[in-house]
Amino acid sequence: MGERADVWQGTLTLMVLKTLQALGPLHGYGIARRIEQTSGDLLAVNYGTLYPALLKLEQEGYISSEWGTSDNNRKAKYYKLTRAGRKQLEKEAREWEQTTEILARFLAPGKESA
Amino acid sequence: MRRLRALLLKFGGLFRRDRRDAELSSEIESHLQLHIEDNLRAGMNREEARRHALIKLGGIEHTKEICRDQRGLPLLEVLLRDIQYALRILRKNPGFTAVAVLTLALGIGANSAIFQMLDALTMASLPVRNPKEIVEIKIANREGARGSVEFWNAQASYPLWEEIRRRQEAFSSIFAWSSGQYNLSPSGDARWASGLEVSGSFFSTLGIQPALGRVFVDADNQPGCSTPSAVLSYAFWQTEYAGDSSALGKKITLEHQLYEIIGVTPANFTGLEVGNKFDVAIPLCSESLGSAEDNRSNASTEWWLVVIGRLKPGWTIEKAAQHLGAISPGAFESSLRPDYPKASIPQYLKFKLTAVPAGGGLSRLRESYASSLWLLLAISGVVLLIVCTNLANLMLARASARERELTVRTALGASRARLICQLLTEGVLLAAAGAALGVWLATILSELLLQFLATESSPVFLPLHLDWRVIAFAAGVATAACILFSLAPALRGTRVSPSSALKSSGRGATSGRAGFTLRRLLVISQIAFSLMLLIGALLFTRSFLNLTTEDTGLHWNGVVISYLDLSRLNLPVERRVTYKSELVRTLQQIPGVESAAEASIIPLSDSSSSNAVWMAGSDSTHATECSFSVVGPDFFKTLRIGMLAGRTFLPGDSPASPNVAIVNESFVRKMLHGAYPVGLRFSREATPRDPEMQFEIVGLVKDSKYNKIRRAVSPVIYLSQAQDHHPTTLAQVLIRSSLPPSATVAALKSSITQISPDITATYEVFDTMVRDSLMRDRLMAWLSSFFGLLAILLAAVGLYGVIAYVVAQRTNEVGIRMALGASRSEIVKMFLGETALLLGIGCLAGGAMSLAAGRAAGALLYGLKPYDPVTFALAAALLGAVAISASFVPARRAARVDPMVALRYE
Repeated sequence: MGERADVWQGTLTLMVLKTLQALGPLHGYGIARRIEQTSGDLLAVNYGTLYPALLKLEQEGYISSEWGTSDNNRKAKYYKLTRAGRKQLEKEAREWEQTTEILARFLAPGKESA
Repeated sequence: MRRLRALLLKFGGLFRRDRRDAELSSEIESHLQLHIEDNLRAGMNREEARRHALIKLGGIEHTKEICRDQRGLPLLEVLLRDIQYALRILRKNPGFTAVAVLTLALGIGANSAIFQMLDALTMASLPVRNPKEIVEIKIANREGARGSVEFWNAQASYPLWEEIRRRQEAFSSIFAWSSGQYNLSPSGDARWASGLEVSGSFFSTLGIQPALGRVFVDADNQPGCSTPSAVLSYAFWQTEYAGDSSALGKKITLEHQLYEIIGVTPANFTGLEVGNKFDVAIPLCSESLGSAEDNRSNASTEWWLVVIGRLKPGWTIEKAAQHLGAISPGAFESSLRPDYPKASIPQYLKFKLTAVPAGGGLSRLRESYASSLWLLLAISGVVLLIVCTNLANLMLARASARERELTVRTALGASRARLICQLLTEGVLLAAAGAALGVWLATILSELLLQFLATESSPVFLPLHLDWRVIAFAAGVATAACILFSLAPALRGTRVSPSSALKSSGRGATSGRAGFTLRRLLVISQIAFSLMLLIGALLFTRSFLNLTTEDTGLHWNGVVISYLDLSRLNLPVERRVTYKSELVRTLQQIPGVESAAEASIIPLSDSSSSNAVWMAGSDSTHATECSFSVVGPDFFKTLRIGMLAGRTFLPGDSPASPNVAIVNESFVRKMLHGAYPVGLRFSREATPRDPEMQFEIVGLVKDSKYNKIRRAVSPVIYLSQAQDHHPTTLAQVLIRSSLPPSATVAALKSSITQISPDITATYEVFDTMVRDSLMRDRLMAWLSSFFGLLAILLAAVGLYGVIAYVVAQRTNEVGIRMALGASRSEIVKMFLGETALLLGIGCLAGGAMSLAAGRAAGALLYGLKPYDPVTFALAAALLGAVAISASFVPARRAARVDPMVALRYE
């Protein structure tokens, strides 16, 4: 696994946590669809990459899972945010905002140049 | 925290893998179904919906693989799988596994056992508070000191100890001690306890708390010893008083004096001598309890104390040594007593004190065995090397047998690192099993070694623990061995290009030059190492034989030594000589006893006495140091020392008549340059007891060894026991008898009890004493022979394997040669030529290594040099014979092959 995957993994984690916060318990497919829709189809990634990320989050105790039935009566594994996950989401969101803010300042058209 | 949790979950993920796999599969299946349903709703047909969903999901197996890795610990999983695989392989080859584990266990066990002894003897610290601060005070230059050294390591007289204690400033506390054997029984046969005689601060300086009661304080060691008290060792308290606390306050008899038991030391404290344990400790003031003539506290010629101190905080040993050097002149000046011979005083005043670390205790065992043990460790290390080369060879043979398997796996995409890892895992498992078995073996072997070292007269007490040093040593040795025997074959075995190996049908690439050169090199080094060990074995065995067959000039078969203590008879000095003479005469009357005689120095017993001597007409500046022994008239008859001229001592020689002496041939050679000695006179320097005296030589006897077999014959002067001016209450009597030793001892016992029940006697068979004195040489001869045999056996196995392999590889060639007319004997010769070549190179290398290593053994050998050419030739011949026989079997098998079969063989 290269660096790109790590970056993707990092942002993916944040997206998964945010999705679960917004929509409540959800299965893997639902999470994937939601991320795709929210990103406005800009992120075209294989849904499969989501599952290792979910497993990792679960191992770290940020989400928990349990088998349930979907709206159209299908068995599916539902993920939901834990208390630790909520905290982690806040923390990661804050960090992300900070990062983008800093980057934005850098990228803002030349105030200090010239 | 989170990470730890994740790690634990991952570790858990190693188990119940199937269930988790199934769960993941159904999760992904449900994902697909959900997606397909969505797609159907979006208006796709069933097939398209499924296709789309699959594309969007990406590689299912890849996803699963990543999840699997994420779930568990991939590295650990691979390792576990490798171990399982290796275990399976090893189980399938029980013969190989057994040979590998057993030889490794033997190699590692022998090394660890010897290391364990070395550890206990040289590396372990005393169980005292801060052993690093414990320092012994010694005299740096004690050559020329006069008087008698009574305790093997004694460094101080009582007056000197007092001066050191008074003047020193380097130590926060300081004590003196000595050790001796004390008779426990109030009367009759002696029962001995090993005792310590200690100053009051002995226990407090060492920081030893009593297990029961109390230990000595300064008040227990007051001049006069009004309340003599004793402290018992834990073991002695257990055996003599069954560990009963009522022992406190009881009286114990030591050398016919009563002592009150005041305490017991903790179980782990066995004294300051490594290899010995004490039973009972008494204060130094006990000296004044015995007879005045036995009191050593006011003599500067009695060296019987060891002085030990605890360094003050901030003081180093160097600083302490400097300080001791500075106080030396004053200390020696004030410690002089009138008994010190005048002529030697200037020398005495030049003595200088110094300090050496003593946190590891003192040990006579260490002094005499440490170098032997280091050498044995080196020898057993070489044995382990041979074991490793042997195993490497076997592994290599197996690697070439498994070559196709390895090739196929390489072709299927296994990386070389993975394959090496897997082969190494086998090695690690073998080494681990060998080490575990070896450590167990070591505990048994070191016990056996200890029993070997212990003799009747000097039991060895050495607590052997499996401490961290021994475990670390065994682990280190096993790791090194593992790398040695499995890395090279693993590297070699996996160096295959799949295409070439798959192409060649029957023979793999390791049958090519490279793999085979390695195997030859291994055999050559095996031969070289074996030769080294054989040479060592022969050197030590021959040295031991030299010692046992050495002509000592003495004949001791049938001779028993009796050590008699007459002090309880309270004989006045002037009666002692006659009493002893009569005693000896009574013993001579015992049926079977041929002769008996007193001797102040028992030959070959390692005790000695010497003084400067010069011939009449010369003066003390031309003095020569000569050995002395005061003996009874029948001494020469008892040990069968031949008289060459003059007479032996006669009853007429008395203290009143002129002093007479008998000298040996060496004396005549060295002092008289061969002149006829009888009738000549010589002078002896003043001694602590006597002024300078003149003696007339009345007889000449043949040369014989004086205090040890290893020492060459030297000038010895025998004085008459009847003219002993200072007879002690001790007597050593040599008794020659035609009865077996045990019968002699029994007869002596009853006879001596009849003479007086107050005489305490101990007996020793002369032959046993001599044999015990050769203990170290016997040990080296036995162990080096054992290792040499082991080496030659392993070398034979290795050579057999290689030649058998060569034969198998060249069967085809043999067929062609035979078809072309080669005879069977020519075929045998061809293979034996191969052996001869390996043997030749190996012997050259081994011989060179033995020459280099021989220096270490030189000091331990007797009667031959470490480069003794006969030994070298003998070892090479022996090894050659074994090697040729080992390779003759497969060579003959090759020659027996039917040429037609051989030609078809592929």
